[in-house]
Amino acid sequence: MSDLNKNKILEVKNLCTSFFTDEGEVKAVDGVNFFIEKGKTVGIVGESGSGKSITSLSILRLIQEPAGKIVNGEIVFKGENLLEKSKKEMRSIRGNNISMIFQEPMTSLNPTMTCGEQIAESIRIHQKLGRKEAKEKAIEMLKLVGIPSPEKRVKQYPFELSGGMRQRVMIAIALACNPELLIADEPTTALDVTIQAQILDLIRNLQKELGTSLMIITHDLGVVAEMCETVAVMYCGKIVEYADVKTILTNPKHPYTIGLLNSVPRHDQVYDGDLPVIKGSVPSPFNLPKGCRFVSRCPHAKDICHNQLPELKTMDDGNQVRCWIHTESWEKQEEEVASNS
Amino acid sequence: MLTFLIRRFLQIIPVMIGVTLAVFLLMHLIPGDPAQIMAGEKADEAQVEQMRENLGLNDPLHEQYLRYVGNAIQGDLGTSIRTNRPVVNEIFDSRIWITMELAFWGTVLAVVFGLIAGIISATRKYSFADVSLMVVALFGMSMPNFWLGIMLIYFFSVNLGWFPIVGWDSWKHMVLPVITIGSGGAAIIARMTRSSMLEVLDNDYIRTAHAKGVSERLVIYKHALRNALIPVVTVVGLQFGTLLGGAVITETVFAVNGIGRLVIDAIKARDFPMVQGAILVCAVAFVFVNFLVDIAYRLINKRIDLN
Ligand SMILES: Nc1ncnc2c1ncn2[C@@H]1O[C@H](COP(=O)(O)OP(=O)(O)OP(=O)(O)O)[C@@H](O)[C@H]1O
Ligand code: SF4
Ligand SMILES: [Mg+2]
Repeated sequence: MSDLNKNKILEVKNLCTSFFTDEGEVKAVDGVNFFIEKGKTVGIVGESGSGKSITSLSILRLIQEPAGKIVNGEIVFKGENLLEKSKKEMRSIRGNNISMIFQEPMTSLNPTMTCGEQIAESIRIHQKLGRKEAKEKAIEMLKLVGIPSPEKRVKQYPFELSGGMRQRVMIAIALACNPELLIADEPTTALDVTIQAQILDLIRNLQKELGTSLMIITHDLGVVAEMCETVAVMYCGKIVEYADVKTILTNPKHPYTIGLLNSVPRHDQVYDGDLPVIKGSVPSPFNLPKGCRFVSRCPHAKDICHNQLPELKTMDDGNQVRCWIHTESWEKQEEEVASNS
Repeated sequence: MLTFLIRRFLQIIPVMIGVTLAVFLLMHLIPGDPAQIMAGEKADEAQVEQMRENLGLNDPLHEQYLRYVGNAIQGDLGTSIRTNRPVVNEIFDSRIWITMELAFWGTVLAVVFGLIAGIISATRKYSFADVSLMVVALFGMSMPNFWLGIMLIYFFSVNLGWFPIVGWDSWKHMVLPVITIGSGGAAIIARMTRSSMLEVLDNDYIRTAHAKGVSERLVIYKHALRNALIPVVTVVGLQFGTLLGGAVITETVFAVNGIGRLVIDAIKARDFPMVQGAILVCAVAFVFVNFLVDIAYRLINKRIDLN
């Protein structure tokens, strides 16, 4: 067990993050557990609004107070709970031990600072280098992320760069201080398909080279297949399935994961008509179902699903699923239905 | 940057033509015969004719205008009727510098207090400090200059005796007029900075800065303020124009011998060359300040370079 613990760079335990709005409390993240091993990659997938970004922002404690608040849980990074750290200690971790790349490359860079300044800034903060050394390191970083003529680019402002280039600059900023953990929140969603592939390759190569652990957020199962070892599927603020990537892609257990997988076009299949999609839409965060949160869209839903929230149950193979189908109660229901009819 | 400077400088030319034309026509838009008005009601026919001849009013209008501009470029704005001295000397011997001093410190006060109040308000949104500052700013914006001036004199000079009532001899004389003239601008800049800052603080790149481990202070002063200042700088430039207008009133209230009072006195004495000269100088100063503001704007906002 202690060996296993040593290998965990990050463990999120029972994380609950809420927003307090005029209409009431939104439990954006509601009791999430997962961990990341050193040098490994975990993917978080789920539809829009499932709480992926809020989970990652919570890890760095970047939730905007007072509207949002981490109300419960632990975020254990290298054996220490980040929620107990002072603001100053958190600052020395951000951008240094844990870095983040955001969804929106077009707006995530400061328009009034050159790319060089923005990369050099974190180097100067965390590595206490002088202006000149930091600038040299910035050029080196631009080279590392594959930006041509870095000596020229270092002096340019973000508006002079394309979306793909900006995301490379973001990656350069994030990796400038050799973080142990990189969180990439949909790093390619806003980019063209060809650029997407390039950026993913870049992240994967740099991860191998630098030994960084990676948490990648996406709603693209293709990205998951290419990048991840473990996957957590989120729905309405809760993890519904947590398993190794092979299981998720070939033998998923949760009806939601199955639905996600079926809605991905596959070149080895012929479709007559539309691609199957998950029917219905995500319930409003103010009006979540009492039982399973997927109940309104699930083709297998039964009485028990409406009334009781299933637990995240660990299966024999160590994977976890939150669905009544994979419990003993399910068979009992079946029997009841059978004997009643 | 150089091409920008040249282009921006060339833009000044049509503005100056407009300004000089307006000032020149001022003389001719006064109802009645300017020569008669300037010579005074008691002047006889010969004196009026003499005045008309002196002012060149018998020549065609365009010739008069060209002569006026030509003289102005050479630094000749005519002769004051009241004092018989060259208008240029009347203005530049001391008057304009006093007003510039007043306007300068008024701007400094407006910018410093406006920015500080705006930043405090924005970073502590809806706090007691924010709400009280914005209420004060609302007062500052709606209070007419003459009223504020009189109130300040009443409380601080008459009742408390802290500052002299009138004149312009030491820094103590300057305090109340500078507050009077700068408070409106401070209020506008404070509100502008607050809203601009709040908008900027909501941006993704502010979150990026936090994620890099940048301290709260640097996030505000380095990442947010620079972007928030872009709209504020424009307001500061416009504010300077309002300030020159405010100078007329403030100088009258505090009996400061600046250009504003010079204009009032000249109008009362029907000293039209003096009025024209003073207005022209103020207009040129305004155009020049806006030129400087544009350059500052550009230095802050590099993005204009592309367009
Ligand atoms: N500032 C906020 N105020 C109130 N609720 C919020 C706020 N930010 C997020 N939420 C809530 O948190 C939920 C999760 O948001 P989050 O951004 O984590 O979704 P996501 O999974 O990252 O989606 P996407 O794929 O669109 O990025 C949203 O459904 C929303 O209701
Ligand atoms: S618990 Fe019931 S409703 Fe929820 S996913 Fe499983 S079968 Fe469907
Ligand atoms: Mg998101």
